[in-house]
Amino acid sequence: MSTYSVINSRAPRLDGPDKATGQAVYTDDLHFPDMLYGVLLQSPLAHARILNIDTTKAAGLPGVKAVLTAKDMEVIPYGVSPARYDETILAVDKVRYLGDEVAAVAAGDWETAYEAADLIQVDYDELPAVFDPYEAMAEGAPVIHEAYPRNICAEVHQEFGDVEAAFADCDLIHEHRFVNKRQDAAFLEPNNCVAVYDRNGYLTLYSSTQTPHYVQRTIAMVLKIPVGRVRVIKSYVGGGFGPKASASTLELVSCALAIKTGRPVKMRFSREQVFLHSRARHQFFHTFKTGVKKDGTLLALHNTCVLEGGAYSSFGIATVYYAGSLLGGPYKLPNMKYDGYRVYTNRPACGAQRGHGGVAARAGFEQQLDMIAEKLGLDPVELRLKNIMETGDTTCNELNMSSLGMKECIEAIRDQSDWKKKKGRLPKGKGIGMACGFFVSGAGYPIYRSDTYHATVVVKISEDGGTIQVRTGSAEIGQGSDTAMAMIAAEALGVPYEEVTVVSGDTDLSVDLGAYSSRQTLMTGHATKEAAEDAKRQVLEVLSEQLNVPAEKISLRGGLVFFEGVSPDFETIRIEYMKEHRGWTDSPKEGDLTFKEAARLAYIKRGTIVGTGKYKPPKLGGSFKGAAVGTSPAYGCSAQIAEVTVDLETGEVTVDKVTDAHDCGLAINRTSVEGQMEGSVSMGLGEALFEEVKFDDQGKIINASLAEYKIPTALDVPPVESIIIESHEPNGPYGAKEVGEGAIMPTIPALINAIHDATGVRITELPVTSERIWRALKEKNNPSPA
Amino acid sequence: MKKMITLKINDREYDLVTEVNRTLTQVLREDLGLTGTKQGCETGDCGSCTVLLDGKPVNSCLLLAVEAEGQEIRTIEGLSEDGKLHPLQQAFVEHGAIQCGFCSPGMILSAKALLDQNASPDSKEIRTALSGNLCRCTGYQKIIEAVESVGKKV
Repeated sequence: MSTYSVINSRAPRLDGPDKATGQAVYTDDLHFPDMLYGVLLQSPLAHARILNIDTTKAAGLPGVKAVLTAKDMEVIPYGVSPARYDETILAVDKVRYLGDEVAAVAAGDWETAYEAADLIQVDYDELPAVFDPYEAMAEGAPVIHEAYPRNICAEVHQEFGDVEAAFADCDLIHEHRFVNKRQDAAFLEPNNCVAVYDRNGYLTLYSSTQTPHYVQRTIAMVLKIPVGRVRVIKSYVGGGFGPKASASTLELVSCALAIKTGRPVKMRFSREQVFLHSRARHQFFHTFKTGVKKDGTLLALHNTCVLEGGAYSSFGIATVYYAGSLLGGPYKLPNMKYDGYRVYTNRPACGAQRGHGGVAARAGFEQQLDMIAEKLGLDPVELRLKNIMETGDTTCNELNMSSLGMKECIEAIRDQSDWKKKKGRLPKGKGIGMACGFFVSGAGYPIYRSDTYHATVVVKISEDGGTIQVRTGSAEIGQGSDTAMAMIAAEALGVPYEEVTVVSGDTDLSVDLGAYSSRQTLMTGHATKEAAEDAKRQVLEVLSEQLNVPAEKISLRGGLVFFEGVSPDFETIRIEYMKEHRGWTDSPKEGDLTFKEAARLAYIKRGTIVGTGKYKPPKLGGSFKGAAVGTSPAYGCSAQIAEVTVDLETGEVTVDKVTDAHDCGLAINRTSVEGQMEGSVSMGLGEALFEEVKFDDQGKIINASLAEYKIPTALDVPPVESIIIESHEPNGPYGAKEVGEGAIMPTIPALINAIHDATGVRITELPVTSERIWRALKEKNNPSPA
Repeated sequence: MKKMITLKINDREYDLVTEVNRTLTQVLREDLGLTGTKQGCETGDCGSCTVLLDGKPVNSCLLLAVEAEGQEIRTIEGLSEDGKLHPLQQAFVEHGAIQCGFCSPGMILSAKALLDQNASPDSKEIRTALSGNLCRCTGYQKIIEAVESVGKKV
């Protein structure tokens, strides 16, 4: 039984009814009088010099209000990490991928805008293009950015401990290569926005973004407007998963067009443009070399990774670091070496997607652990338990596991799935596999170097004392953060959940770094709790003065006021309240003093009661280069067991069941936690079994639609049995930490380990299609002559 | 070329003049302000734009508005009555079947079409009926549970 009144329950989502009825407003639902429609012209070539852009015909088309090219403005480079500002609002001198944005048009309707974009004449001098990261690193390859020879966008070399020396002590050293495929996040709502510029020089951008704060900063920098004059408002967002976590050309161009025309400008990506903009999961080419003792004790890992990055950096520097740092746990690994290379190619830029940088690394490494277990004759569960980290452990790369229910997760799924009865005992074609993983609960540092708070929150009590409003710049993108914040505020104040409202996603409300790196429950949650406690303190101070009862003897619960050891006469407060509210229908009549009455009194004495809260993590991590990436105040962790049936004739995989345990610390909303777990399994299953962005030899995506790029349907996903493990996280609000990304970590390896168990073949390249399994089975049964 | 048409949407008749090449999604969203119908792909792949046409779920992005004349169109806005949520909407809220919400209108309408035909479907039948509506957030589990719960009540 929970000791809490509101949190740790299954409170229904605040936005549920509006979303169920179609009343919830998304950015593309917005309409403004006099609104213009903006369209981009994108490059038809993967790599080319721009010789000339002739916009005469486009500008002359009736209905066209503005045409924009890089020549029309001072071009200020931008990007995600300040160390790699390698993008420009529109292409300058050259295009670097098929889809690179060259020009833009604003017109009175969509059709005119599209027609005008077609009338823009661009003369290109085509350059040799390179699409493979290994070819891109070779001497003599086409150079995509002059400042980066051999197209190496970022390079990481780290060693913790002494890997070579440790290998000398190992009984078994295993090496294998693992490759995933470039993903598309395939959120259902294509990116879109509306920019409005007013006559006082204030710019408002409504956008389907995950990170209003970063978008605001980028707009201010690129368009040279003071930050205080840029307001970014996120309406409801139809999914993000990473690619909506940074400013896009769409957002910047709509702002530039709104400023140029003085009229609101709406822009949106088609589904094909979502694929072209990409910024989703990279393709990773990992080689793992792991050394163990006979008894399974892990001694050393040398991880090498090449990332196909596409034409721009986006989140890529963080990605290449994460692909190394996130193997520091959840196993005790005293020696780890990492060599990572993120490489530019003439393809759309990759960025961050759920489980940023760690998903492919985790998939390949957990597959390798199973290979090692097999060679040593150990049970995969036992091998993992033998090496598992526990609360208080620190990884060799200095990530501190301030709470870690990893062992509890493994034991829970092992017992729940009847692993011991099934592993090695299933009939042919049936298999069971497991894997683990962990993830940050909020990046330890902002994307730009700064002492900024990561979250500030304002809690305001209405003048009648009856409604609590949480005001935050954080981003509800479907994960349920508004609901979580309402629950935290209600708990901290001691009022019912139903009396709390949340306004969010607006840079005018507060500073919040947004929805990425699974940070909001912990970080915005801390600030919300502090703000609610601040508001409560003010109400209790006034009440204490009025009733002459020490504040520490007064408590609030469920919207009622309780006094410890005293029974003050509060009749005057009640009579005053009722007089003030004559004619209102919701006045308290008898029984305990209510929070409402107390808060009204506080308003009368002090004016509007506003509580504020803030959060930033303490200094985290080591002092080596890149030590910041992977740091977090807390880590969530997951273990999953997948059960599959494989048709040994055709290679077709059916996922029968997934048993999933996640340690999210205290679960603020149990339904939302399960929702993240189930959604993670679905996304991981898609990547494991069928998702892959495919290109032709000219760099054109050949499956840029939701028909050809297949994501799981209701028929593809198995029932998921979710087990919530709640370790107490000392650095989280009420002990809470992440679930949104850690939960995807084990899915791919659990599935491929189960497929191996069912078939006896190891597939080391994603997606694990029927064809790959069929070929591997054929090879196994009739080995081709060497 | 424009045409004058009458669309019967949520039991109400709308007389309007529209370009003949406009899709039903465009007319619903842009001309009539019925923005509960979502547009996720414009090519009939995602199901976000699902509406009921004479009780059957269709992708309104694949249908010209002029083709919908003479048929009963039901959109998500026409499901709740007297401000009260339809049992399916209520179940989606209670079961946590909604995350980003972008697929929810289409998903709920496809579920309604199923339940109108089959009052008590099993989970396989539900999964099949909803397989044209993509959801990237939930993994479908709580959606299936929500639909199942309404089916069992019938």
